[in-house]
Amino acid sequence: MAKKIKMIVAKPGLDGHDRGAKLLSRIFAEAGMEVVYTGLRQTPEMIVQAAIQEDADVVGLSSLSGVHNYFFPRVAELLREKGLNDVLLVGGGIIPVEDYDGLKKAGVKAIFGPGTSTTEIVDFIQSNVKARG
Amino acid sequence: MFDEKVLEKIKAGKQNWDQGPVQKTLAKAKEQKPVFTTISGTPVERLYTPLDVAGMDYDRDLAYPGMFPYTRGVQPTMYRGRYWTMRQYAGFGTAKQTNERYRYLLNQGQTGLSVAFHLPTQAGYDSDDPLSMGEVGKVGVAIDSIEDMKVLFDGIPLDKVSTSMTINAAATVLLGMYLTLAEEQGVSWDKVSGTVQNDVLKEIICRGQYIYPPKPTMRLTVDLIEFCQKNVPKWNTISISGYHIRESGSTAAQEMAFTIADGIAYAQACVDRGMDVDSFGPRLSFFFNAFTNVLEEVAKFRAARRYWAKVMRDRFKAKDPRSMMLRYHVQTGGVTLTAQQPLNNVVRVGLQTYATALGGGQSLHTNSYDEALCLPTQQAVTVALRTQQIVAEESGATDTIDPLAGCYYVEAMTDKIEAEIDDYIKKIDAMGGTLVAIEQGYIQKEIQNSAYRFQKEIESGERVYVGINKYTMEEPPPTGLLKVDMSVGDEKAAELKKFRASRDQAKWKAALDKLREVSKTNENVMPAVIEAVKAKATVGEICNVWRDVFGEYRPKEFV
Repeated sequence: MAKKIKMIVAKPGLDGHDRGAKLLSRIFAEAGMEVVYTGLRQTPEMIVQAAIQEDADVVGLSSLSGVHNYFFPRVAELLREKGLNDVLLVGGGIIPVEDYDGLKKAGVKAIFGPGTSTTEIVDFIQSNVKARG
Repeated sequence: MFDEKVLEKIKAGKQNWDQGPVQKTLAKAKEQKPVFTTISGTPVERLYTPLDVAGMDYDRDLAYPGMFPYTRGVQPTMYRGRYWTMRQYAGFGTAKQTNERYRYLLNQGQTGLSVAFHLPTQAGYDSDDPLSMGEVGKVGVAIDSIEDMKVLFDGIPLDKVSTSMTINAAATVLLGMYLTLAEEQGVSWDKVSGTVQNDVLKEIICRGQYIYPPKPTMRLTVDLIEFCQKNVPKWNTISISGYHIRESGSTAAQEMAFTIADGIAYAQACVDRGMDVDSFGPRLSFFFNAFTNVLEEVAKFRAARRYWAKVMRDRFKAKDPRSMMLRYHVQTGGVTLTAQQPLNNVVRVGLQTYATALGGGQSLHTNSYDEALCLPTQQAVTVALRTQQIVAEESGATDTIDPLAGCYYVEAMTDKIEAEIDDYIKKIDAMGGTLVAIEQGYIQKEIQNSAYRFQKEIESGERVYVGINKYTMEEPPPTGLLKVDMSVGDEKAAELKKFRASRDQAKWKAALDKLREVSKTNENVMPAVIEAVKAKATVGEICNVWRDVFGEYRPKEFV
């Protein structure tokens, strides 16, 4: 039997809008993943620490306050620093499309904007997470 | 309302219609859906008739505008006397940039200001705090000190505008700054009017800008209410908010129920402080959402007015009619906006504005069509404000009061929502009150379940969302979005350094020490906050005193 995908859902920064983060946590769990929602006000260090501690396969970042260009690349950088190169980093929220390229170059594998179906997000994660034994 | 015989006749008539024409038509063509529901998931019947409002007693349930139970409105002449206050929530970047936007909005006919603070101010951190990294000036204006406040209101006389400030856990600090500024402008405190949100419970439930644990943060809330009641008589001391509850996914009835539950908790806390209900009741104000289902929204507003009036009269024994009036600000539903085909949002906001007008709101912020993408651009803000002006001055919705009263559907829906509110209040009372219900995650979970149901309906296609699951199309990525320069953070850090160096260190330290001492007693903190502001203490420094004294709130997550 395949190991369950382990996922961290995190809210970086001071933003309190977590309807999406909570909803997706529930949807990911229903899709058979093991999900840890960090709660609000996470620093990049806290998020990466959680990823290490939980031995996560995926980190999902949610941002609605325009701080993605600061926080997302920082999380990507810290993941690399800690040698977590196999962790799939994805993000979503209110993020202008023109910022997508920069974030992807920084190491965020996919950005999901408002109105994205949850099935699409689940499918992406399931097909892009590195297979583990 | 109706004669028994008339009702009998209608009952028979409806049966005939049901069994005759309706069945005949259904045999030929089914209806589009097996069940019709509102956006809140409430079933909607094919037809409403006097039978659905047979129990209604006009004087008891509706009465007249400005009279108990205020179902039809809180003022006797409503919009015939004055339109609602058109108040656009705005703030970004530096105080100077935001001041320019305020002056523009006032020149365009806006009648009140509404300050959006950036998240560090809301969470009680200075712009140069490590936790403020990346956030400075992003979703609101960066205010650290009385100096910033001066720039923010430069050229705006505080006795001429009313100002609403979306500030909660740090409300005492920002009000302290506003009152200090009024003094400097030579405006006495009895002449300033406005609102602080000051609603910390909904921060814990759903908005996330909490700082301190429930009890001490409630103490600050009540300190502010008590101080204003004595010193700033025209100030709305709290804006008990359902807006964010709805944004987080609640139904219309839950929005009203949980907001009223919060309202009960605040009123009780004031009474427990020893205040007379009629000394603070008239200054309690509310803040609600407006979604696109116009009729359900109108019913929701009417139901909440009626229910709150009864709460204040029956539970808190208020005597002053003003204590029983549910006065509220409205913001159109941010979460209803789509990033796809963003111009469609103009129509959504138009309907939501219409719902606000028909529902009898006292002030309104209309969202801009581009807000699912970014902070609003000037063009989008202008359309949003014009939307209010069109509804107020062209649509006719404001010519007569509560025009949908007597509409069988709206009256039946009003009753239904009121009954749902009552069920929730009883449940929460039985649990031991609002704070217990929050602590146990009951309110949070109810909201999350509704958000989940809604998402499932969208994804199954059961509920149509234009541009999301129907009528979708390829479109080029949007251009011309408003962006806040990352350099605002550096600019603010440099300013703060200069500001801190400029102050009288002994005076500053004495003021913060005094605040610390007062905070450990039962004394009202407001005078000490104002002294600290005058001694040039910053938002972060003042809030840090309380972090030491009260501790910080760490929520349990209920997912």
